[in-house]
Amino acid sequence: MADQTTTQANDAAVVAGDTAAAGTIDAASGAGAAVAADGAAGDRPVKIVGIVCNWCSYAGADTAGTGRFKQPPNLRLIRVPCTGRVDPLFALKAFEKGADGVLISGCHPGDCHYSEGNYYARRKFELLERMIHHLGIPKERFRWTWVSASEGQRWQQVVTEFVAGVEKLGPREGRAL
Amino acid sequence: MRIGVFVCHCGSNIAGTVDVDRLAERALTLKDVVHGEDIMYTCSEPGQAAIQKAIEEKKLDRVVVAACSPHMHEPTFRRCVDKGGLNPYLFEMANIREHCSWIHTDMPVATDKAWDIIKMAVAKARRLEPLFSNEVEINKDVLVIGGGVAGIQAALDLADAGLKVTIVERETTIGGVMAKLDKTFPTIDCSACILTPRMVDCGQHENIELMTYCEVDKVSGYVGNFTVDIRKKASMVDWSKCIGCEICVQKCPSKAPDVFNVGLEPTKAIYIPFPQAVPKRAAIQTEYCRYFQTGKCKVCERVCPADAIDFEQKDEIVQKRFGAIVVATGLDVFDWETGYPEYGGGKIKDVISGLQYERMLNASGPYGGHVHRLSNGEDPKTVVFIQCVGSRDESVNRPYCSSVCCMYTAKQALLTKDHCGSDVEVYVFYIDIRATGKGYEEFIKRVQTEFGVKYVRGRVSKLYEDGGKVMVRGVDTLLGEQVEIAADLVVLATGIQAPEGAKDLAQKLNISYDEFGFMKEGHPKLRPVETNTAGVFLAGVSQGPKDIPATVAQASGTASKVLGLLAKDKLKTSPMIAIVDQKNCVSCWKCIDVCPFSAPEKQEQRDGTFKSHVIETVCQGCGVCVATCPVNTISLKGFPTDAILDQIEEVLQPTPSH
Repeated sequence: MADQTTTQANDAAVVAGDTAAAGTIDAASGAGAAVAADGAAGDRPVKIVGIVCNWCSYAGADTAGTGRFKQPPNLRLIRVPCTGRVDPLFALKAFEKGADGVLISGCHPGDCHYSEGNYYARRKFELLERMIHHLGIPKERFRWTWVSASEGQRWQQVVTEFVAGVEKLGPREGRAL
Repeated sequence: MRIGVFVCHCGSNIAGTVDVDRLAERALTLKDVVHGEDIMYTCSEPGQAAIQKAIEEKKLDRVVVAACSPHMHEPTFRRCVDKGGLNPYLFEMANIREHCSWIHTDMPVATDKAWDIIKMAVAKARRLEPLFSNEVEINKDVLVIGGGVAGIQAALDLADAGLKVTIVERETTIGGVMAKLDKTFPTIDCSACILTPRMVDCGQHENIELMTYCEVDKVSGYVGNFTVDIRKKASMVDWSKCIGCEICVQKCPSKAPDVFNVGLEPTKAIYIPFPQAVPKRAAIQTEYCRYFQTGKCKVCERVCPADAIDFEQKDEIVQKRFGAIVVATGLDVFDWETGYPEYGGGKIKDVISGLQYERMLNASGPYGGHVHRLSNGEDPKTVVFIQCVGSRDESVNRPYCSSVCCMYTAKQALLTKDHCGSDVEVYVFYIDIRATGKGYEEFIKRVQTEFGVKYVRGRVSKLYEDGGKVMVRGVDTLLGEQVEIAADLVVLATGIQAPEGAKDLAQKLNISYDEFGFMKEGHPKLRPVETNTAGVFLAGVSQGPKDIPATVAQASGTASKVLGLLAKDKLKTSPMIAIVDQKNCVSCWKCIDVCPFSAPEKQEQRDGTFKSHVIETVCQGCGVCVATCPVNTISLKGFPTDAILDQIEEVLQPTPSH
């Protein structure tokens, strides 16, 4: 896949480009202007990596399943104990490996199973969100939110909306980051 | 490495939407997978035996089960592989039911997704390592939060079994809502007659400490070792001296709203809620006390024969340690005045709530059991009950059924006939009658036929005053026509809601709650009294609306679960915790800064320097330190970074479409 072949070039560009515009990266990968080219090719279904905390959002997705709340099939979930355990690297790695979107979800503020893990997570995600934007990835491809264990319906809504947003942009063919 | 993959049909729950047979076969194409098998019910005895057989015959060193949620059966399969001779942590679960077959309908699409989920689980399984539990000493004392019938029952069961129990109750007495009730359905037992002996038992039990007029301030620690800060609210009365003689209450010149009597008649600024209170101790509501408001009075201090009044008293924090916590926080009655302006919003005197009517009926209530109109004191000739006020009504954000109102309305209708004579007209407006308990349906029938209470199926749209009557305008949906009744007294079957502060308490305990503030159980059917936080249990309405029999049964169920937990002397801790590779530690102490449990410590090395070390029995395994460590030298056992990155990489590998 083009993703893999251009990975190294992209990595170099990220380092060299630092906080420079996404255009630098695009020039290196030869994929053209940032947003316009994003999702240019392919009609394969989009694939989205989800990272969820064990206690709230993973259980919320369970609740949605038990309630048979139908969802688009594009999401693949990774379970971690707490959003506080989420290294921003996970999201970047997913984008590097070709994810069309990344969704992170944990317990509502105040409800963290470990008291305060989601507060540390929130600070990181806010920065990560901006950084991802600077890397030339449209903001519609990254979302972090809170879904509790009892909010099966909300989980359905979050997934449906997020997938629809990513589908609008289409798959990220031929791009490493 | 030799990985076995077991794909569960779960009857048709999974196999109905996912091509299970093909996935089991296809798993063999994955690196390191030497065994692939589909099983009808993997959690069943033959299913588990098949896993154990494969472990032995194929010399498996990792097991992946693709089935339901790990929240459902991860413990089951960990035990299964453990018995099969494999370390229980060399097991990984792929959730292809809740996260796949139950939310998709198209078989090829669902099968493709299930394949990805299995691949990710196998990728993680490759990174798993054997883990071993530690053991910690446990404290066997139990905290029961809430002194209603749920808390009382749980406390008595636990105390009788020999455990030390502390009941924390925010009012000055235990008893809760049940102490306010007149009679109980369907037996028309006297509520106080069956509850107050239990209250006294609690007060006198050698293993029970009552901490009334107290609230839980802060909770830390974990199962077996909770530390709880309890706030003893200032009652302005030294309870070690107070003898509950009520002289101060009689002489106090200041009136205050009576919470116990649901605001029907005022009480005094210094009060004892009711004669059978346990403990029977006075407290001053300072916001209504003449001395606290004007600086002059002190009548109570002068008349108190025990010299118990203490105007200088301050709130006090008491710290206690417990092994388990029972949440039995009960309920509040729905605030109908703001929710239903069409029923007068509290401005029509002869429209009262179900709980107020309960106090009116009660012989020890403010009216000695005399049913009358609050507007003029006359006996009512026509009484109308309206059901589902604050239940099954989305317009007031109470879509749920409060589960007790149908029955308590029928009981109150019967008691109305009993108190006022059989010639009084009694109407009940209802949506549906829910009488599912033992003897409940028969009771409703008796009220309708034997006592002649008229049931009208329909909602009341408006209550208004006219000519000294309360006009009840509604619809009879069975006759299909408008009805209007001139009533003397209207009783609203006000619903149940989570008590004030329920969410705050849930957050202190790190337990989940639903959008209405009811606490979330571990599993609605299989773990109905546990929460997802080990060591924290639920009893009574804190978990959801229920009647007294269900509450008491659940409280005893909770007590047995607590006993099961505390029957052991030591508790196995989860080995899925953080560990520091000290050779790379740069002693920045960021892990210490972020840890919510103070698990990392500075450990002195042989050369006199200090490096971070995570105390195994304190770490709860959240992994915040892992994601914070700037040199990546902390890892989380069970969720190593490599495994997560492998999962990401695996799922994004392009796969040929099938």
